Amino acid sequence: MKEELNGNSWKFGDDISTDLIAPGRYFHLRTNLPELAKHVLEDADPEFPAKVKSGDFVVAGRNFGLGSSREHAPTIIKLAGVNAVLAKSFARIFYRNAINVGLPVLICDTDKIDEGDKLSIELSNGVIHNQTKGTEITFNPLPNVMIRILNDGGLASHIEKHGDFKLED
Amino acid sequence: MGKTISEKIIGEHAGKEVSAGDIVVANVDVTAVQDGTGPLAVQQLNKINLVQAANPKSTVLFIDHAAPSPHKDLSNAHGLLRDFAKKTGVVLSEVGEGVCHQRLVESYVKPGDILIGADSHTCTSGALGAFSTGMGSTDVAIGIALGKTWLRVPETFKINVTGQFQKGVYAKDLILYVIGQIGADGATYKALEFTGDTIKAMTMSERFTLSNMAVEAGAKTGLIEADDVTKQYLEELGRGDEFRYIQADEDAEYEKVFDIDASKLEPVISAPHTVDNVKSLNELMGTKVDQVFIGTCTNGRLDDLEIAASVLKGKQRHPDTRLIVTPASKQVYIQAMEKGYIQTLVEAGAAVMAPGCGPCVGVHQGILGDEEVCIATQNRNFKGRMGNPNSYIYLSSPATAAAAAITGKITDPREVLV
Repeated sequence: MKEELNGNSWKFGDDISTDLIAPGRYFHLRTNLPELAKHVLEDADPEFPAKVKSGDFVVAGRNFGLGSSREHAPTIIKLAGVNAVLAKSFARIFYRNAINVGLPVLICDTDKIDEGDKLSIELSNGVIHNQTKGTEITFNPLPNVMIRILNDGGLASHIEKHGDFKLED
Repeated sequence: MGKTISEKIIGEHAGKEVSAGDIVVANVDVTAVQDGTGPLAVQQLNKINLVQAANPKSTVLFIDHAAPSPHKDLSNAHGLLRDFAKKTGVVLSEVGEGVCHQRLVESYVKPGDILIGADSHTCTSGALGAFSTGMGSTDVAIGIALGKTWLRVPETFKINVTGQFQKGVYAKDLILYVIGQIGADGATYKALEFTGDTIKAMTMSERFTLSNMAVEAGAKTGLIEADDVTKQYLEELGRGDEFRYIQADEDAEYEKVFDIDASKLEPVISAPHTVDNVKSLNELMGTKVDQVFIGTCTNGRLDDLEIAASVLKGKQRHPDTRLIVTPASKQVYIQAMEKGYIQTLVEAGAAVMAPGCGPCVGVHQGILGDEEVCIATQNRNFKGRMGNPNSYIYLSSPATAAAAAITGKITDPREVLV
Protein backbone atom coordinates (compact mmCIF):
# COMPACT_ATOMS: atom_id res chain seq x y z
CA MET A 1 0.00 0.00 0.00
CA LYS A 2 1.41 3.37 -1.02
CA GLU A 3 1.92 5.70 1.90
CA GLU A 4 0.99 8.90 0.08
CA LEU A 5 -1.86 9.18 -2.40
CA ASN A 6 -2.27 12.09 -4.84
CA GLY A 7 -5.18 12.85 -7.15
CA ASN A 8 -8.29 14.84 -8.01
CA SER A 9 -11.70 14.69 -6.35
CA TRP A 10 -15.05 13.62 -7.78
CA LYS A 11 -17.90 14.65 -5.54
CA PHE A 12 -21.03 12.58 -4.76
CA GLY A 13 -23.91 13.04 -2.30
CA ASP A 14 -25.35 11.00 0.59
CA ASP A 15 -26.63 7.39 0.39
CA ILE A 16 -24.73 6.25 -2.71
CA SER A 17 -26.02 2.67 -2.86
CA THR A 18 -24.34 -0.37 -4.37
CA ASP A 19 -27.13 -0.26 -6.98
CA LEU A 20 -25.79 3.14 -8.09
CA ILE A 21 -22.18 1.89 -8.03
CA ALA A 22 -22.71 -1.49 -9.73
CA PRO A 23 -26.26 -1.57 -11.17
CA GLY A 24 -28.25 -4.81 -11.06
CA ARG A 25 -28.99 -4.59 -14.78
CA TYR A 26 -25.31 -5.50 -15.37
CA PHE A 27 -25.65 -8.60 -13.17
CA HIS A 28 -24.35 -10.77 -16.02
CA LEU A 29 -21.05 -8.82 -16.03
CA ARG A 30 -20.15 -9.82 -12.48
CA THR A 31 -17.78 -12.49 -13.76
CA ASN A 32 -16.20 -9.90 -16.13
CA LEU A 33 -15.07 -7.17 -13.76
CA PRO A 34 -13.11 -4.99 -16.28
CA GLU A 35 -16.29 -4.78 -18.36
CA LEU A 36 -18.45 -4.08 -15.27
CA ALA A 37 -15.97 -1.33 -14.28
CA LYS A 38 -16.96 0.59 -17.45
CA HIS A 39 -20.31 1.23 -15.70
CA VAL A 40 -18.96 2.18 -12.28
CA LEU A 41 -21.17 4.76 -10.50
CA GLU A 42 -23.01 5.26 -13.78
CA ASP A 43 -26.42 5.68 -12.14
CA ALA A 44 -25.08 8.36 -9.79
CA ASP A 45 -23.23 10.23 -12.56
CA PRO A 46 -23.55 8.87 -16.14
CA GLU A 47 -20.32 10.65 -17.20
CA PHE A 48 -18.20 9.29 -14.34
CA PRO A 49 -16.83 6.11 -16.01
CA ALA A 50 -15.53 8.20 -18.95
CA LYS A 51 -14.01 11.04 -16.95
CA VAL A 52 -12.41 9.30 -13.95
CA LYS A 53 -8.59 9.14 -14.16
CA SER A 54 -6.20 6.76 -12.50
CA GLY A 55 -5.29 8.06 -9.04
CA ASP A 56 -8.49 10.09 -8.52
CA PHE A 57 -10.60 10.09 -5.37
CA VAL A 58 -14.31 9.48 -4.89
CA VAL A 59 -15.55 11.94 -2.26
CA ALA A 60 -19.06 11.45 -0.87
CA GLY A 61 -21.44 12.26 1.96
CA ARG A 62 -23.06 9.94 4.48
CA ASN A 63 -23.62 6.17 4.29
CA PHE A 64 -21.57 5.47 1.16
CA GLY A 65 -22.08 1.95 -0.23
CA LEU A 66 -25.35 1.10 1.50
CA GLY A 67 -27.30 -1.87 0.26
CA SER A 68 -26.16 -5.17 -1.11
CA SER A 69 -23.13 -7.21 -0.13
CA ARG A 70 -21.75 -7.14 -3.69
CA GLU A 71 -17.99 -6.91 -3.37
CA HIS A 72 -18.03 -6.03 -7.06
CA ALA A 73 -18.88 -2.45 -5.98
CA PRO A 74 -15.55 -1.56 -4.30
CA THR A 75 -13.69 -3.82 -6.73
CA ILE A 76 -14.81 -1.87 -9.81
CA ILE A 77 -14.15 1.47 -8.08
CA LYS A 78 -10.59 0.24 -7.61
CA LEU A 79 -10.39 -1.15 -11.14
CA ALA A 80 -11.48 2.24 -12.50
CA GLY A 81 -8.24 3.57 -10.98
CA VAL A 82 -9.69 5.29 -7.93
CA ASN A 83 -7.05 5.62 -5.17
CA ALA A 84 -9.41 5.89 -2.19
CA VAL A 85 -12.99 6.69 -1.24
CA LEU A 86 -13.55 9.50 1.27
CA ALA A 87 -16.95 9.81 2.96
CA LYS A 88 -18.59 11.10 6.12
CA SER A 89 -19.61 7.50 6.85
CA PHE A 90 -19.74 4.10 5.15
CA ALA A 91 -22.24 1.25 5.20
CA ARG A 92 -20.78 -1.69 7.11
CA ILE A 93 -20.51 -4.37 4.42
CA PHE A 94 -19.10 -1.97 1.82
CA TYR A 95 -16.45 -0.77 4.29
CA ARG A 96 -15.33 -4.31 5.05
CA ASN A 97 -15.40 -5.30 1.38
CA ALA A 98 -13.30 -2.28 0.39
CA ILE A 99 -10.54 -3.29 2.78
CA ASN A 100 -10.78 -6.90 1.62
CA VAL A 101 -10.17 -5.86 -1.99
CA GLY A 102 -7.43 -3.38 -1.06
CA LEU A 103 -9.32 -0.10 -1.58
CA PRO A 104 -8.60 2.49 1.17
CA VAL A 105 -11.78 4.01 2.66
CA LEU A 106 -11.41 7.11 4.80
CA ILE A 107 -14.00 8.62 7.13
CA CYS A 108 -13.66 12.41 7.25
CA ASP A 109 -15.49 15.73 6.90
CA THR A 110 -15.97 15.78 3.14
CA ASP A 111 -17.85 19.12 3.22
CA LYS A 112 -14.40 20.70 3.09
CA ILE A 113 -13.67 19.17 -0.32
CA ASP A 114 -15.20 20.34 -3.63
CA GLU A 115 -15.26 18.58 -6.97
CA GLY A 116 -11.93 18.99 -8.75
CA ASP A 117 -9.93 19.73 -5.59
CA LYS A 118 -6.44 18.25 -5.71
CA LEU A 119 -5.70 16.14 -2.63
CA SER A 120 -2.59 14.60 -1.15
CA ILE A 121 -3.30 11.98 1.52
CA GLU A 122 -0.88 10.61 4.15
CA LEU A 123 -2.52 7.29 5.01
CA SER A 124 -0.79 6.33 8.25
CA ASN A 125 -0.65 9.88 9.64
CA GLY A 126 -4.34 10.40 8.95
CA VAL A 127 -3.93 13.73 7.14
CA ILE A 128 -5.52 14.96 3.92
CA HIS A 129 -3.87 18.03 2.33
CA ASN A 130 -6.34 19.88 0.13
CA GLN A 131 -3.80 21.47 -2.19
CA THR A 132 -6.44 23.44 -4.10
CA LYS A 133 -7.77 25.12 -0.96
CA GLY A 134 -4.52 25.04 1.04
CA THR A 135 -6.32 23.33 3.95
CA GLU A 136 -5.80 20.17 6.01
CA ILE A 137 -8.37 17.58 7.09
CA THR A 138 -7.59 14.84 9.59
CA PHE A 139 -9.13 11.38 9.72
CA ASN A 140 -8.98 8.51 12.19
CA PRO A 141 -6.58 5.84 10.91
CA LEU A 142 -8.16 2.43 10.19
CA PRO A 143 -8.40 -0.21 12.95
CA ASN A 144 -5.23 -2.33 13.17
CA VAL A 145 -6.91 -5.46 11.87
CA MET A 146 -7.91 -3.62 8.72
CA ILE A 147 -4.48 -2.04 8.22
CA ARG A 148 -2.99 -5.56 8.36
CA ILE A 149 -5.38 -6.85 5.71
CA LEU A 150 -4.91 -3.76 3.54
CA ASN A 151 -1.11 -3.97 3.79
CA ASP A 152 -1.22 -7.61 2.71
CA GLY A 153 -3.12 -6.54 -0.42
CA GLY A 154 -6.56 -7.65 0.71
CA LEU A 155 -8.05 -10.60 2.59
CA ALA A 156 -7.36 -13.33 0.01
CA SER A 157 -3.66 -12.35 -0.10
CA HIS A 158 -3.59 -12.10 3.71
CA ILE A 159 -4.81 -15.70 4.04
CA GLU A 160 -2.53 -16.87 1.22
CA LYS A 161 0.44 -15.31 3.00
CA HIS A 162 -0.29 -16.47 6.56
CA GLY A 163 -2.45 -19.58 5.96
CA ASP A 164 -4.91 -18.24 8.54
CA PHE A 165 -6.14 -15.00 10.10
CA LYS A 166 -3.15 -13.19 11.58
CA LEU A 167 -4.71 -10.17 13.20
CA GLU A 168 -2.22 -9.75 16.05
CA ASP A 169 1.57 -9.95 16.36
CA MET B 1 -22.68 -7.29 33.62
CA GLY B 2 -25.08 -9.43 31.56
CA LYS B 3 -24.69 -10.26 27.91
CA THR B 4 -26.66 -9.40 24.80
CA ILE B 5 -27.57 -12.21 22.40
CA SER B 6 -24.68 -11.15 20.11
CA GLU B 7 -22.15 -11.23 22.95
CA LYS B 8 -23.33 -14.68 24.05
CA ILE B 9 -23.25 -16.29 20.62
CA ILE B 10 -19.98 -14.72 19.45
CA GLY B 11 -18.35 -15.57 22.80
CA GLU B 12 -19.30 -19.25 22.41
CA HIS B 13 -17.77 -19.28 18.93
CA ALA B 14 -14.60 -17.39 19.88
CA GLY B 15 -13.98 -19.65 22.90
CA LYS B 16 -13.84 -16.75 25.36
CA GLU B 17 -15.98 -14.13 27.02
CA VAL B 18 -16.50 -11.13 24.75
CA SER B 19 -18.07 -7.67 25.02
CA ALA B 20 -19.21 -5.09 22.49
CA GLY B 21 -16.22 -3.54 20.72
CA ASP B 22 -13.96 -6.63 20.93
CA ILE B 23 -12.47 -7.93 17.68
CA VAL B 24 -12.28 -11.71 17.56
CA VAL B 25 -11.80 -14.65 15.24
CA ALA B 26 -14.86 -16.90 15.59
CA ASN B 27 -15.90 -20.27 14.21
CA VAL B 28 -18.85 -20.19 11.84
CA ASP B 29 -21.53 -22.90 11.64
CA VAL B 30 -23.17 -22.06 8.34
CA THR B 31 -21.81 -20.26 5.27
CA ALA B 32 -23.78 -19.25 2.19
CA VAL B 33 -23.34 -17.49 -1.13
CA GLN B 34 -25.77 -16.80 -3.97
CA ASP B 35 -25.37 -16.62 -7.73
CA GLY B 36 -24.55 -12.89 -7.67
CA THR B 37 -21.75 -13.22 -5.13
CA GLY B 38 -20.79 -16.91 -5.22
CA PRO B 39 -18.89 -16.95 -8.52
CA LEU B 40 -16.50 -14.28 -7.21
CA ALA B 41 -16.09 -16.25 -3.95
CA VAL B 42 -15.17 -19.35 -5.99
CA GLN B 43 -12.76 -17.35 -8.14
CA GLN B 44 -11.04 -15.97 -5.02
CA LEU B 45 -10.51 -19.49 -3.60
CA ASN B 46 -9.25 -20.71 -6.98
CA LYS B 47 -6.80 -17.81 -7.10
CA ILE B 48 -5.18 -18.68 -3.77
CA ASN B 49 -5.41 -22.48 -4.27
CA LEU B 50 -7.79 -22.97 -1.36
CA VAL B 51 -10.57 -24.97 -3.04
CA GLN B 52 -11.94 -26.60 0.11
CA ALA B 53 -14.82 -26.38 2.56
CA ALA B 54 -14.39 -26.75 6.31
CA ASN B 55 -18.05 -27.75 6.83
CA PRO B 56 -19.44 -28.99 3.49
CA LYS B 57 -22.87 -30.00 4.86
CA SER B 58 -23.57 -26.52 6.16
CA THR B 59 -22.05 -24.63 3.24
CA VAL B 60 -24.71 -23.77 0.70
CA LEU B 61 -24.42 -22.22 -2.76
CA PHE B 62 -27.79 -20.78 -3.82
CA ILE B 63 -28.93 -20.20 -7.38
CA ASP B 64 -31.77 -17.78 -6.66
CA HIS B 65 -31.07 -14.28 -7.97
CA ALA B 66 -31.12 -15.16 -11.66
CA ALA B 67 -32.99 -18.44 -11.61
CA PRO B 68 -33.70 -19.72 -14.21
CA SER B 69 -30.85 -17.92 -15.96
CA PRO B 70 -31.86 -15.08 -18.30
CA HIS B 71 -28.38 -14.67 -19.87
CA LYS B 72 -25.58 -16.96 -21.09
CA ASP B 73 -22.99 -15.23 -18.91
CA LEU B 74 -25.13 -15.99 -15.87
CA SER B 75 -25.57 -19.59 -16.99
CA ASN B 76 -21.78 -19.85 -17.06
CA ALA B 77 -21.55 -18.23 -13.62
CA HIS B 78 -24.02 -20.84 -12.34
CA GLY B 79 -21.67 -23.45 -13.82
CA LEU B 80 -18.85 -22.17 -11.60
CA LEU B 81 -21.02 -22.83 -8.53
CA ARG B 82 -22.05 -26.30 -9.70
CA ASP B 83 -18.41 -27.25 -10.36
CA PHE B 84 -17.30 -25.98 -6.95
CA ALA B 85 -20.06 -27.98 -5.26
CA LYS B 86 -18.95 -31.15 -7.08
CA LYS B 87 -15.29 -30.61 -6.14
CA THR B 88 -15.84 -29.82 -2.46
CA GLY B 89 -19.06 -31.66 -1.58
CA VAL B 90 -20.88 -28.52 -0.41
CA VAL B 91 -24.63 -28.17 -0.93
CA LEU B 92 -25.98 -26.63 -4.14
CA SER B 93 -29.49 -25.15 -4.00
CA GLU B 94 -30.72 -25.34 -7.60
CA VAL B 95 -33.07 -23.26 -9.75
CA GLY B 96 -36.57 -23.48 -8.29
CA GLU B 97 -35.64 -24.27 -4.69
CA GLY B 98 -36.03 -20.71 -3.49
CA VAL B 99 -34.47 -17.58 -1.99
CA CYS B 100 -31.36 -18.27 0.06
CA HIS B 101 -32.66 -16.63 3.25
CA GLN B 102 -35.89 -18.63 3.24
CA ARG B 103 -34.03 -21.88 2.51
CA LEU B 104 -31.50 -21.12 5.26
CA VAL B 105 -34.17 -20.79 7.95
CA GLU B 106 -36.11 -23.81 6.69
CA SER B 107 -33.21 -26.25 6.59
CA TYR B 108 -29.79 -25.04 7.73
CA VAL B 109 -29.66 -22.46 10.55
CA LYS B 110 -30.48 -23.19 14.18
CA PRO B 111 -30.60 -21.08 17.37
CA GLY B 112 -27.15 -20.13 18.65
CA ASP B 113 -25.42 -20.52 15.28
CA ILE B 114 -23.16 -18.06 13.53
CA LEU B 115 -24.09 -17.73 9.85
CA ILE B 116 -22.12 -15.60 7.41
CA GLY B 117 -23.62 -15.14 3.97
CA ALA B 118 -22.59 -13.22 0.88
CA ASP B 119 -25.89 -11.41 0.72
CA SER B 120 -26.84 -8.39 2.77
CA HIS B 121 -30.17 -9.85 3.92
CA THR B 122 -28.41 -12.75 5.68
CA CYS B 123 -29.61 -10.98 8.85
CA THR B 124 -32.99 -12.74 8.24
CA SER B 125 -31.87 -15.83 10.20
CA GLY B 126 -31.39 -13.60 13.26
CA ALA B 127 -35.07 -14.27 13.97
CA LEU B 128 -34.08 -17.84 14.91
CA GLY B 129 -31.77 -16.52 17.63
CA ALA B 130 -28.71 -17.02 15.40
CA PHE B 131 -25.97 -14.43 14.84
CA SER B 132 -26.34 -14.07 11.08
CA THR B 133 -24.72 -11.35 9.03
CA GLY B 134 -24.01 -10.36 5.45
CA MET B 135 -20.46 -10.02 4.15
CA GLY B 136 -18.79 -9.88 0.75
CA SER B 137 -17.61 -12.69 -1.49
CA THR B 138 -14.04 -12.85 -0.17
CA ASP B 139 -15.02 -12.82 3.52
CA VAL B 140 -17.46 -15.67 2.96
CA ALA B 141 -15.03 -17.53 0.68
CA ILE B 142 -12.50 -17.60 3.52
CA GLY B 143 -15.29 -18.62 5.92
CA ILE B 144 -16.18 -21.52 3.63
CA ALA B 145 -12.57 -22.68 3.34
CA LEU B 146 -11.42 -22.22 6.96
CA GLY B 147 -14.69 -22.42 8.91
CA LYS B 148 -14.06 -19.12 10.65
CA THR B 149 -14.18 -15.37 10.24
CA TRP B 150 -13.16 -12.21 12.07
CA LEU B 151 -15.85 -10.14 13.75
CA ARG B 152 -16.20 -7.00 15.77
CA VAL B 153 -18.70 -7.69 18.54
CA PRO B 154 -21.47 -5.14 17.93
CA GLU B 155 -23.21 -2.86 20.38
CA THR B 156 -26.96 -3.54 20.47
CA PHE B 157 -30.09 -1.43 20.02
CA LYS B 158 -33.12 -2.92 21.77
CA ILE B 159 -36.40 -2.50 19.88
CA ASN B 160 -39.11 -3.09 22.48
CA VAL B 161 -42.57 -3.47 20.92
CA THR B 162 -45.79 -3.79 22.92
CA GLY B 163 -49.49 -3.75 22.06
CA GLN B 164 -51.61 -5.29 19.32
CA PHE B 165 -51.64 -4.26 15.67
CA GLN B 166 -54.82 -2.69 14.33
CA LYS B 167 -56.53 -4.34 11.38
CA GLY B 168 -54.50 -3.85 8.16
CA VAL B 169 -51.20 -3.33 10.03
CA TYR B 170 -48.50 -6.01 9.81
CA ALA B 171 -44.90 -6.81 10.75
CA LYS B 172 -43.83 -5.11 7.49
CA ASP B 173 -45.47 -1.84 8.55
CA LEU B 174 -43.69 -2.11 11.91
CA ILE B 175 -40.24 -2.61 10.43
CA LEU B 176 -40.71 0.16 7.85
CA TYR B 177 -41.80 2.44 10.70
CA VAL B 178 -38.71 1.45 12.74
CA ILE B 179 -36.36 2.14 9.81
CA GLY B 180 -38.07 5.48 9.23
CA GLN B 181 -37.38 6.34 12.87
CA ILE B 182 -33.79 5.07 13.05
CA GLY B 183 -32.76 6.13 9.52
CA ALA B 184 -30.93 4.19 6.80
CA ASP B 185 -27.61 4.55 8.65
CA GLY B 186 -28.91 4.96 12.19
CA ALA B 187 -27.84 1.48 13.28
CA THR B 188 -24.65 1.10 11.24
CA TYR B 189 -22.33 -1.52 12.83
CA LYS B 190 -24.96 -2.27 15.54
CA ALA B 191 -27.06 -5.35 16.23
CA LEU B 192 -30.80 -4.93 16.69
CA GLU B 193 -32.67 -7.06 19.23
CA PHE B 194 -36.43 -7.12 18.74
CA THR B 195 -38.34 -7.91 21.91
CA GLY B 196 -41.56 -7.18 23.82
CA ASP B 197 -45.06 -8.69 23.94
CA THR B 198 -45.82 -7.96 20.28
CA ILE B 199 -42.72 -9.81 19.10
CA LYS B 200 -43.31 -12.72 21.48
CA ALA B 201 -46.81 -13.15 20.02
CA MET B 202 -45.57 -13.10 16.41
CA THR B 203 -45.25 -16.13 14.11
CA MET B 204 -41.77 -16.99 12.82
CA SER B 205 -42.75 -15.69 9.39
CA GLU B 206 -43.54 -12.25 10.82
CA ARG B 207 -40.29 -12.32 12.80
CA PHE B 208 -38.31 -13.11 9.63
CA THR B 209 -39.82 -9.99 8.01
CA LEU B 210 -38.42 -7.88 10.87
CA SER B 211 -34.95 -9.43 10.97
CA ASN B 212 -34.69 -9.40 7.17
CA MET B 213 -34.81 -5.60 7.09
CA ALA B 214 -32.38 -4.88 9.96
CA VAL B 215 -29.69 -4.12 7.36
CA GLU B 216 -31.89 -1.34 5.94
CA ALA B 217 -31.11 0.62 9.11
CA GLY B 218 -27.43 -0.23 8.61
CA ALA B 219 -27.45 -3.00 11.24
CA LYS B 220 -25.19 -6.03 11.24
CA THR B 221 -27.98 -8.37 12.27
CA GLY B 222 -31.51 -8.36 13.68
CA LEU B 223 -31.86 -10.79 16.56
CA ILE B 224 -34.92 -12.26 18.25
CA GLU B 225 -34.65 -14.64 21.21
CA ALA B 226 -35.27 -18.33 20.49
CA ASP B 227 -38.45 -19.17 22.44
CA ASP B 228 -41.35 -21.63 22.31
CA VAL B 229 -42.56 -20.18 18.99
CA THR B 230 -39.11 -20.89 17.52
CA LYS B 231 -39.21 -24.36 19.03
CA GLN B 232 -42.57 -25.16 17.47
CA TYR B 233 -41.42 -23.81 14.09
CA LEU B 234 -38.41 -26.13 14.04
CA GLU B 235 -40.49 -29.07 15.30
CA GLU B 236 -42.95 -28.60 12.44
CA LEU B 237 -39.98 -28.73 10.04
CA GLY B 238 -38.83 -31.99 11.64
CA ARG B 239 -35.87 -30.17 13.22
CA GLY B 240 -37.00 -30.10 16.85
CA ASP B 241 -33.71 -31.67 18.01
CA GLU B 242 -31.80 -28.62 16.73
CA PHE B 243 -33.64 -26.23 19.07
CA ARG B 244 -32.26 -24.56 22.16
CA TYR B 245 -33.38 -21.45 24.04
CA ILE B 246 -31.31 -18.33 23.36
CA GLN B 247 -32.02 -15.09 25.18
CA ALA B 248 -30.26 -11.98 26.38
CA ASP B 249 -29.49 -11.58 30.07
CA GLU B 250 -31.88 -9.33 32.03
CA ASP B 251 -29.02 -6.96 32.81
CA ALA B 252 -27.49 -6.90 29.33
CA GLU B 253 -26.19 -3.51 28.24
CA TYR B 254 -27.93 -1.77 25.34
CA GLU B 255 -26.59 1.29 23.58
CA LYS B 256 -30.13 2.52 22.88
CA VAL B 257 -33.65 1.34 23.65
CA PHE B 258 -36.63 2.16 21.41
CA ASP B 259 -40.12 1.64 22.87
CA ILE B 260 -42.87 1.25 20.30
CA ASP B 261 -46.63 0.93 20.86
CA ALA B 262 -47.81 -1.34 18.03
CA SER B 263 -51.45 -0.40 18.57
CA LYS B 264 -50.72 3.17 17.43
CA LEU B 265 -49.20 2.14 14.07
CA GLU B 266 -50.95 2.63 10.72
CA PRO B 267 -50.09 1.02 7.38
CA VAL B 268 -47.02 2.76 5.93
CA ILE B 269 -45.04 2.81 2.69
CA SER B 270 -41.40 3.55 1.83
CA ALA B 271 -41.38 5.98 -1.08
CA PRO B 272 -38.58 6.25 -3.69
CA HIS B 273 -35.58 6.10 -3.51
CA THR B 274 -34.56 5.19 0.06
CA VAL B 275 -36.06 2.71 2.52
CA ASP B 276 -36.13 5.27 5.33
CA ASN B 277 -38.34 7.59 3.25
CA VAL B 278 -41.36 6.23 5.14
CA LYS B 279 -44.73 7.89 4.58
CA SER B 280 -48.26 7.35 5.78
CA LEU B 281 -50.72 5.98 3.22
CA ASN B 282 -52.61 9.27 3.22
CA GLU B 283 -49.65 11.06 1.69
CA LEU B 284 -49.47 8.64 -1.25
CA MET B 285 -53.06 7.50 -1.79
CA GLY B 286 -54.05 7.52 -5.45
CA THR B 287 -50.51 7.21 -6.89
CA LYS B 288 -50.88 5.21 -10.13
CA VAL B 289 -49.23 1.77 -10.05
CA ASP B 290 -48.01 -0.08 -13.16
CA GLN B 291 -46.74 -3.22 -11.45
CA VAL B 292 -47.38 -5.00 -8.17
CA PHE B 293 -44.82 -7.51 -6.90
CA ILE B 294 -45.56 -9.88 -4.02
CA GLY B 295 -42.70 -12.13 -2.94
CA THR B 296 -39.02 -12.07 -1.76
CA CYS B 297 -37.16 -13.02 1.40
CA THR B 298 -39.03 -10.19 3.13
CA ASN B 299 -42.64 -11.14 2.32
CA GLY B 300 -42.85 -14.21 0.08
CA ARG B 301 -43.91 -16.75 2.71
CA LEU B 302 -47.14 -18.70 3.12
CA ASP B 303 -48.91 -16.17 5.34
CA ASP B 304 -47.96 -13.36 2.93
CA LEU B 305 -49.51 -15.24 0.02
CA GLU B 306 -52.54 -16.00 2.21
CA ILE B 307 -53.05 -12.28 2.89
CA ALA B 308 -52.66 -11.46 -0.82
CA ALA B 309 -55.09 -14.23 -1.78
CA SER B 310 -57.67 -13.09 0.79
CA VAL B 311 -57.55 -9.54 -0.61
CA LEU B 312 -57.71 -10.71 -4.25
CA LYS B 313 -60.20 -13.58 -3.91
CA GLY B 314 -62.96 -13.25 -6.50
CA LYS B 315 -61.46 -10.00 -7.79
CA GLN B 316 -59.40 -9.07 -10.85
CA ARG B 317 -56.20 -7.08 -11.12
CA HIS B 318 -56.73 -3.61 -12.56
CA PRO B 319 -56.40 -3.77 -16.37
CA ASP B 320 -53.52 -1.25 -16.34
CA THR B 321 -51.59 -3.04 -13.56
CA ARG B 322 -49.46 -6.20 -13.80
CA LEU B 323 -49.34 -8.53 -10.82
CA ILE B 324 -46.25 -10.70 -10.24
CA VAL B 325 -46.13 -13.26 -7.44
CA THR B 326 -43.01 -15.23 -6.42
CA PRO B 327 -43.18 -17.77 -3.59
CA ALA B 328 -40.01 -17.58 -1.49
CA SER B 329 -39.30 -21.31 -1.63
CA LYS B 330 -40.44 -24.60 -3.09
CA GLN B 331 -42.00 -25.52 0.26
CA VAL B 332 -43.95 -22.25 0.38
CA TYR B 333 -45.06 -22.81 -3.23
CA ILE B 334 -46.36 -26.33 -2.54
CA GLN B 335 -48.21 -25.27 0.62
CA ALA B 336 -49.72 -22.27 -1.17
CA MET B 337 -50.94 -24.59 -3.93
CA GLU B 338 -52.43 -27.02 -1.42
CA LYS B 339 -54.29 -24.21 0.32
CA GLY B 340 -55.58 -22.80 -2.97
CA TYR B 341 -53.78 -19.44 -2.70
CA ILE B 342 -51.96 -19.90 -6.00
CA GLN B 343 -55.23 -20.74 -7.76
CA THR B 344 -56.86 -17.61 -6.31
CA LEU B 345 -53.94 -15.39 -7.28
CA VAL B 346 -53.70 -16.74 -10.84
CA GLU B 347 -57.46 -16.35 -11.28
CA ALA B 348 -57.09 -12.73 -10.14
CA GLY B 349 -54.57 -12.19 -12.94
CA ALA B 350 -51.22 -12.89 -11.26
CA ALA B 351 -48.17 -14.11 -13.18
CA VAL B 352 -46.60 -16.63 -10.76
CA MET B 353 -42.81 -17.02 -11.02
CA ALA B 354 -40.60 -19.89 -9.91
CA PRO B 355 -39.37 -19.65 -6.29
CA GLY B 356 -36.41 -17.25 -6.09
CA CYS B 357 -35.71 -13.53 -5.84
CA GLY B 358 -38.01 -12.64 -8.75
CA PRO B 359 -37.74 -9.07 -10.09
CA CYS B 360 -36.38 -7.61 -6.81
CA VAL B 361 -32.76 -7.52 -7.97
CA GLY B 362 -33.39 -6.00 -11.41
CA VAL B 363 -32.14 -8.97 -13.40
CA HIS B 364 -35.34 -10.36 -14.92
CA GLN B 365 -39.01 -11.28 -14.43
CA GLY B 366 -40.44 -7.77 -14.24
CA ILE B 367 -37.90 -5.04 -15.07
CA LEU B 368 -39.66 -1.67 -14.98
CA GLY B 369 -40.07 0.66 -17.97
CA ASP B 370 -39.15 4.35 -17.94
CA GLU B 371 -41.27 6.37 -15.50
CA GLU B 372 -43.09 3.24 -14.36
CA VAL B 373 -44.17 2.71 -10.75
CA CYS B 374 -44.02 -0.56 -8.83
CA ILE B 375 -45.35 -1.32 -5.37
CA ALA B 376 -43.47 -4.30 -3.97
CA THR B 377 -43.26 -6.34 -0.78
CA GLN B 378 -39.45 -6.48 -1.08
CA ASN B 379 -36.94 -4.71 1.17
CA ARG B 380 -35.27 -2.13 -1.13
CA ASN B 381 -36.42 0.73 -3.32
CA PHE B 382 -33.07 2.20 -4.36
CA LYS B 383 -32.88 4.00 -7.68
CA GLY B 384 -32.26 1.35 -10.34
CA ARG B 385 -32.99 -1.56 -8.00
CA MET B 386 -35.51 -3.18 -10.34
CA GLY B 387 -33.34 -2.77 -13.43
CA ASN B 388 -34.16 0.79 -14.49
CA PRO B 389 -32.91 3.99 -12.82
CA ASN B 390 -35.81 5.87 -14.43
CA SER B 391 -38.49 4.02 -12.47
CA TYR B 392 -40.04 4.31 -9.00
CA ILE B 393 -40.39 1.65 -6.30
CA TYR B 394 -42.69 1.81 -3.26
CA LEU B 395 -42.37 -0.75 -0.46
CA SER B 396 -45.34 -2.06 1.51
CA SER B 397 -46.99 -5.02 3.23
CA PRO B 398 -48.57 -7.75 1.08
CA ALA B 399 -52.04 -6.41 1.98
CA THR B 400 -51.26 -2.89 0.74
CA ALA B 401 -49.60 -4.28 -2.42
CA ALA B 402 -52.56 -6.58 -3.15
CA ALA B 403 -55.01 -3.71 -2.66
CA ALA B 404 -53.11 -1.68 -5.28
CA ALA B 405 -53.36 -4.58 -7.72
CA ILE B 406 -57.16 -4.27 -7.63
CA THR B 407 -57.46 -0.50 -7.90
CA GLY B 408 -54.34 0.25 -9.99
CA LYS B 409 -53.26 2.88 -7.47
CA ILE B 410 -51.96 3.12 -3.92
CA THR B 411 -54.92 2.17 -1.73
CA ASP B 412 -55.60 1.72 1.96
CA PRO B 413 -55.79 -2.06 2.47
CA ARG B 414 -58.37 -1.57 5.23
CA GLU B 415 -60.84 -0.59 2.49
CA VAL B 416 -60.56 -4.00 0.82
CA LEU B 417 -59.84 -6.34 3.74
CA VAL B 418 -62.88 -8.34 4.80
